[in-house]
Amino acid sequence: MAVQKETQNPAFYALIVALVVMSVGPIALMLATSFKTNVDVYDVSVPAFFFSPTIKNYETVLCNFLWYEPAHVDYCDPTFGRALVNSLIVGLISTGLTLTIGCMAAYALVRFRFMGRGTVSMTTLLMRMVPPAVLLVPVFGIWTFQYGLDQTYTGIILIYTAMNLPFVIWILQSFIVQVPIQLEEAARMDGANPFQVFFLVVLPIIQPGLAAAAIFTFRIAWNEFLLANALSGRSTRTVPVTIVNSITEYDINWGVIMATGMLLAIPPILFTFVASKQIITGMTAGAVKG
Amino acid sequence: MSVAIKANRLTPYMFLAPAGIILIFALLYPIGYMIYASFLDWSPSQRIGQAEFIGFRNYVNLWGDEAFRESFWVTIRFAAIVVTLEMVLGVGLALLLDRNIKGMAMLRTVFILPMMIAPIVVGLMWRYMYHPTVGIFNRTLKNFGFEGIPWLSDSTWSFIAIVIADVWQWTPFIFILALAAMQSLPRSALEAAEIDGANEWQKIVMIKLPLMMPVLIVTLLLRLIDAFKVLEVILVLTNGGPGLSTEILALRIFRTAQEFQELGEAAAMSNLLLMMLMVLTIGMFAYSRVQEARLARQRAAVEKDAD
Repeated sequence: MAVQKETQNPAFYALIVALVVMSVGPIALMLATSFKTNVDVYDVSVPAFFFSPTIKNYETVLCNFLWYEPAHVDYCDPTFGRALVNSLIVGLISTGLTLTIGCMAAYALVRFRFMGRGTVSMTTLLMRMVPPAVLLVPVFGIWTFQYGLDQTYTGIILIYTAMNLPFVIWILQSFIVQVPIQLEEAARMDGANPFQVFFLVVLPIIQPGLAAAAIFTFRIAWNEFLLANALSGRSTRTVPVTIVNSITEYDINWGVIMATGMLLAIPPILFTFVASKQIITGMTAGAVKG
Repeated sequence: MSVAIKANRLTPYMFLAPAGIILIFALLYPIGYMIYASFLDWSPSQRIGQAEFIGFRNYVNLWGDEAFRESFWVTIRFAAIVVTLEMVLGVGLALLLDRNIKGMAMLRTVFILPMMIAPIVVGLMWRYMYHPTVGIFNRTLKNFGFEGIPWLSDSTWSFIAIVIADVWQWTPFIFILALAAMQSLPRSALEAAEIDGANEWQKIVMIKLPLMMPVLIVTLLLRLIDAFKVLEVILVLTNGGPGLSTEILALRIFRTAQEFQELGEAAAMSNLLLMMLMVLTIGMFAYSRVQEARLARQRAAVEKDAD
């Protein structure tokens, strides 16, 4: 039966438009403000959206990457630029690690019948339950006094990897289950060893699953504040940490901080528009399958 | 040959080992450590071995601490209000918009944005909008000749402010899950109801909602668990203030550890929070088990009838 497009009451379209405006509005406002000078921000006569935009805020934030010296920047504060690099390092490495380790484990759990899917989904859910605030004290203590990993990239990457592993294993399992075992058997007949089978046969097939898992993992590592704040040192601070540090100061430079916030928000926004379907699948799977 | 067999037998362990090692050292051990640390009198300058073992005194202190009890209630109130509002709005919108409308895919994509963006940035945006003079809310109010609202400096309004921000961020989550559940409902039941002459309202109350109930309850519990974890948005918006009016437990743990340097007490609070969430999670598991068992029974009954 073909789904017929019924003509709908225009009120529904109005409602949808209203909802879209409501959810995008604050983000658009942040984007607009990031192109405003601080004087304009505090001038009530300047409208929220229609004003003469400037890229000065972005120049201030990214001054240590620019090939020219912006005239309005007297002293280039490298904090934000460095934090962006740190966030990228931490996000990319921890995502890569989590995916590699996670899909190996998922593969072993599915193909070699270790524990049932029940155990894994149970662990995933239990992990979902643990708030980062609860991990704060022990992770800080152990990383500082026992592992000696405080203020290093390794320390932050380690905890992000551990936090994301259960979810990644769980979501990849559901993709690996669907890989026909005949494919693997054929490869093995041709003389491939288990590692070759895994990397050359299984991995290419589960790419969509890997993409979904990568987005979820990267987003958490990229956005996380609490543990990064406890574990990072002056030179390893990530963007969320620098944002919080700069707003607790007395005088907030809204234009600059909104530009920083926007830079932090851009990757997740891009992911959303590129892969909204996978994201929704990942999100609904978590609830519908328990 | 025997080496190959041995290698094959070892393969699964080799595949599992990295994940296992990381989970044990970076997750299980810290959690166990925290439970132990909650029995210590411990400040960050000390190694854990030097901290004094004080039994349940951290917990006793917490119980006697009025500020802790206050923030405990703030947490409960926040979670209850936020989750109720989001469930009503999210499910309501899903019921309303469950039809073939063109802009739907776009709406869903746009709706995920608030959840994808860093909570720190969400806090930042709302803090700007709540700004007493240059924020969009007060500017609009003043344009219409009203008084501005002390969004973040009054204890009642600041609680409302964090609730609004959270509802903005998380209603889409409920909406998307409810819509997914609704679109996988068996068409036959709805068609049967239509033939029997049920109106829209009856279809919603007597067919759609009961059939969606399992998913809705799991959604509710997931959201409830997450509501106890909210921290960054509130940290940026109010930092728990004014007074203790918006200091939820997660934020209190953070401040106890960070500002007051009382790691033992923070660990004890973490333990309490963890236990609360544990109860919720176990409730969720128990519910889905019961539900599965019931479905299995029904299926068996249907098959028996068919025979």
